[in-house]
Amino acid sequence: MKYAYYPGCSLQESAHEFDVSVRAVMDRLGVELVEIPDWTCCGASAAEPVSRLMNYALPARNLALAEKELAGLDVLAPCSACYLNLLKVNREVVGDKSLHGQVNEALDACGLAYGGGVRVRHILDVLVNDVGVEAIGAVVGQNLNGMRVAPYYGCQILRPYEVFDDPRKPLSMDNVLTAMGAKIHPWEMGARCCGASLMVTHPEVAMHSVEAILGAAEGADAIATVCPLCQMNLEAYQHDSAAGGHHVPVLYLTQLLGLAFGLEEPAVLLEKNMSLNGSMRAGIRARAWRHEPPGGTEEAGGT
Amino acid sequence: MNQTKPQAWSPDPATREILDELRGELGACMQCGTCTASCPNGFAMDVTPRQMWRMVQFGMLDRILESRTFWMCSSCYMCTLRCPRGLKLTRAMGALKRLARERGTWKVRRNSAFYDAFMDNVEKYGRVQETSLMPGYFLKSRDPLLPLHYLPLGVRMMRAGKLHVPDGSRKGRLKALFAKVREMEDRS
Ligand code: SF4
Ligand code: SF4
Repeated sequence: MKYAYYPGCSLQESAHEFDVSVRAVMDRLGVELVEIPDWTCCGASAAEPVSRLMNYALPARNLALAEKELAGLDVLAPCSACYLNLLKVNREVVGDKSLHGQVNEALDACGLAYGGGVRVRHILDVLVNDVGVEAIGAVVGQNLNGMRVAPYYGCQILRPYEVFDDPRKPLSMDNVLTAMGAKIHPWEMGARCCGASLMVTHPEVAMHSVEAILGAAEGADAIATVCPLCQMNLEAYQHDSAAGGHHVPVLYLTQLLGLAFGLEEPAVLLEKNMSLNGSMRAGIRARAWRHEPPGGTEEAGGT
Repeated sequence: MNQTKPQAWSPDPATREILDELRGELGACMQCGTCTASCPNGFAMDVTPRQMWRMVQFGMLDRILESRTFWMCSSCYMCTLRCPRGLKLTRAMGALKRLARERGTWKVRRNSAFYDAFMDNVEKYGRVQETSLMPGYFLKSRDPLLPLHYLPLGVRMMRAGKLHVPDGSRKGRLKALFAKVREMEDRS
């Protein structure tokens, strides 16, 4: 298995631990990632309010690069926002002759053109449908020992396009977690919006969503995320009283996978998680990802 | 740009184009209210999404521009998923933000400062550089208290080693693309 890898800007910046854990985990699973040479920003959620054409041209540039330099490979994007922006090009531009023409006219300014032939995949899609939960389970061997995890899907991998999961009742991450031996924290907040960039433009509004999500996660050992913006919004304001004073560790799914594979904490950059303090880390380590034979995991209490 | 109130139907061509796009998209709205009921940020809106689509259908430009509703949209796509008519409502909220930017009302600067700063950052560096994005946003918002609000977060991020010196190696990579898109948009 081989993919054209699009890390996206966040993964080079504050979400470096997502990039590092994705690469480490994929390597363990025998998946080869070839970074798209000279990729640039997908526009995130900022391009749409500024320019309709830019909103398509920015992600299309990266697909054009993949099509030209890494022909035949699917693009793999770990960030949900990047994933949707790239996918939108295939869904909204390709097939619309006039828009496709405009996008290619713009791309011509950097010597590129996008034909429309690159499939866009999110990491969760690849984990569940290409690697497969059985294969993951075989490598991990139930190592999460009943750690109670709240799967947080967020918006963009579920909506507006139904691609690899049921947007009304998503299960893909639940299945990966169960294959690792985790217990699923029952909650209704897995597909609720984290507030996205509203947390920057109107934090007083976005904080309501964060409060609702964190409140519902009480009792879980961790929330698992697959998007750097969700991750940031859910963990960065836990000190803020407006977020309700709930303290729940927020980890990338790939960090959990890495730990379950037996990778050491530095290999998945656990120290970068702002929602984890030293004692939480030790507490979770002691009962969730120790690699000695399990025993008494059930009665271990909250953090 | 606070001239006399714009007349409802004498918009400039750019405004006209966005309004036409919106009316085309929203013509089939049957006012069922599912979008409003689905919106996690509805409590902060002054006009519900359902009412907003009605105002668009009627071309009530003044009322639309007075509203804060579209600035409260976090692009969660819940309304788009649930609309029984299959209308692209999140995209419509995005188009309303562009419409407000075209008209440049007083609320616009604060509300769109972050998007502007983000795009400036992309244009300059090719890949977003978070450490220079936030100062850019503070400048654009012209709110002297804004940096203070972010200070505690900045400190926590620094401690977790999440802040990096900007990477200038792709500087200017997207200059030609931005210039071209600007030229194409001015032409239309
Ligand atoms: S859900 Fe769709 S049809 Fe119903 S009011 Fe909203 S936009 Fe109109
Ligand atoms: S996409 Fe925007 S308007 Fe629609 S439900 Fe989400 S926040 Fe509300």
